[in-house]
Amino acid sequence: MSGPSFERGYNALKEEIDAPTAAFFSSCVHCGMCAEACLFFTETRDPKYTPIHKLEPLRKVWRQEYTFWGKLGKAVGISRPLTDQDLADWETLVYDSCTLCGRCSMVCPVGNDIAYMIRKMREGMAAAGHAPAGLIGATKRAVTIGSPMGVKLPALQAQIRHTEKEYDVKIPLDVEGAEYLCLLSSMEIMNFPEYIGSLGRIFKQAGVSWTLSSEAFEATNSGVQIGVSDIAAELVQRIVDAADALKVKAVISPECGHAYMAIRWEGPNLVGKPFNFKVVHILEVLDELRTQGRLKMKDKEAQKLTYHDPCQISRRGGVIEQPRNLLNMVADNFVEMPETGKMNWCCGAGGGVSSNERADDLRLKTFARKKAQLDAINVNAIVTACSNCRIHLEEGLEEYHMELPLLSLTETIAEHLAEE
Amino acid sequence: MTDTEFLLWVRGPAFNAATFIMCAGLVIRFLEIFLLGRKAELAEARGSAAAGGFRTMLIRFIPDAGSFQRSGFTIVSGYIFHIGLFIVIFLFVPHILVFEAVSGLSWPGLPSNIIDATNVVTMIALVGVLIHRIKDPVMRMLSEFNDYLVWFVTFLPLLTGYLAFHRVALSAPMLIGLHILSVELLMVLFPFTKLSHAFTLWMARWYNGAIAGYKGVQS
Repeated sequence: MSGPSFERGYNALKEEIDAPTAAFFSSCVHCGMCAEACLFFTETRDPKYTPIHKLEPLRKVWRQEYTFWGKLGKAVGISRPLTDQDLADWETLVYDSCTLCGRCSMVCPVGNDIAYMIRKMREGMAAAGHAPAGLIGATKRAVTIGSPMGVKLPALQAQIRHTEKEYDVKIPLDVEGAEYLCLLSSMEIMNFPEYIGSLGRIFKQAGVSWTLSSEAFEATNSGVQIGVSDIAAELVQRIVDAADALKVKAVISPECGHAYMAIRWEGPNLVGKPFNFKVVHILEVLDELRTQGRLKMKDKEAQKLTYHDPCQISRRGGVIEQPRNLLNMVADNFVEMPETGKMNWCCGAGGGVSSNERADDLRLKTFARKKAQLDAINVNAIVTACSNCRIHLEEGLEEYHMELPLLSLTETIAEHLAEE
Repeated sequence: MTDTEFLLWVRGPAFNAATFIMCAGLVIRFLEIFLLGRKAELAEARGSAAAGGFRTMLIRFIPDAGSFQRSGFTIVSGYIFHIGLFIVIFLFVPHILVFEAVSGLSWPGLPSNIIDATNVVTMIALVGVLIHRIKDPVMRMLSEFNDYLVWFVTFLPLLTGYLAFHRVALSAPMLIGLHILSVELLMVLFPFTKLSHAFTLWMARWYNGAIAGYKGVQS
């Protein structure tokens, strides 16, 4: 593959424009309502963070390539063509100040799915060489090492040994014919290995047959975040190959929002064919076990807690009721934040923003939105189902001097399981 | 050209030309959008794209509570002028006669004084919208010539309609002629400016809702 260039970027933008994109740009009346739905605008009041404005280069390409007047304007030299500098100028808007959370797509009165278009625009930005260094590094590591954080199989094996010893539970690896293949995010392996133990304990009690794969344990997909579909497809294919080789019925996406988006919704489109297996989020599996009466709890979490909806799981993924069902099973005092579920506010770190050190200050500034949500309900703990949200929420709480424990929903359930 | 000749020209050849340009332009715009197509969705569906599409087409009329709090002026003024436009365009008896002449369809109208009052309210709302566009930092940044042009050609028929209704300054044929001409300007620009959102928003809402509905997500 040739290196990045403006021409490649321009062509990628051209190719990304489809009927929905054209309908969206045709319909935008510049009302500005998307700004008030975006935490990068609400917490800075800087108009440049208006979501639809982040798409200006893509809109220009659409107008000049796919509309009569745009083509005419370009031909007679009235409208200025897109330049490489335009893309360079937009890099921080497209990568640092958009988490692809899709909240803007929910409030646009004409119905524009702005996040859908940002995802497309990143394909052009990356092809033109205007992606952030942090994401380029993560993507390179994902391709060469197998994990955006550089986690190799021996690290996972060490965590498996440690987990098996600590919890006295078997963590199956490469078991052919298992019902489920569980994927993990590097953050779970390195920062939250308790998740692996929780899977072991829950599945043991519920009698679920499952396995991890030494060939494909990483669920996250930097290719999707940076906007390079070739790489994204390669990372998905590793999982497809492993799932097919192990002959599993379903692949379980871990507590990670974008991993779910990448494998569940983008995956088959990236590799160009439907999967031979189902893809389910861990919360969907757990809620199904709950409805089947296969989760026996010894007690409930007594402290007052709330749930932070990871955007790609709730708003963009449709897994909204399941965590609430599970929380009501495992907690006595579960309360909702104001603006929750499909209208929840992003933690500020999704869509590759957390891999992009350049965005650190902005990311922490936008945490004020989450702080306001939390201040309104006065809880003792936050539960979530995404390790990326979890790490950023922890950083944000520390930055704003808030002492609130953060819990994983899967781990919370495991903690309250009835003893064998 | 006398005032009457002007009126006859505006009502005849100019109206036909404007109607043709508007219809042909809209067809071109629709083709420009639909011919781009869309890749087939290969992920297993969790919900219905069609149900999501139809739902979002309707449900987007109702802003969520948070948006209402944060973008109240935009929403309220937007509703007032859109409803006002609907009433003065479609429920004024002389307009209904024009629609009947063109399409053969007719429906009951509202008394003229109610239309007149609605027209004034709509103009006030549009002036408010314009001031908001100029003063609000986000809208000012987003706005380009197109946005102001669209505002102007929407406001002009309301103003000329008001002047014609109240017979201000000029002869009746000239006032009505100017009013019709201003509407023709709107019709000609309709397909090629953001005015076309009146049609394309249904597509946009459909696609948004269908993409979400397929995933079992509410949009």
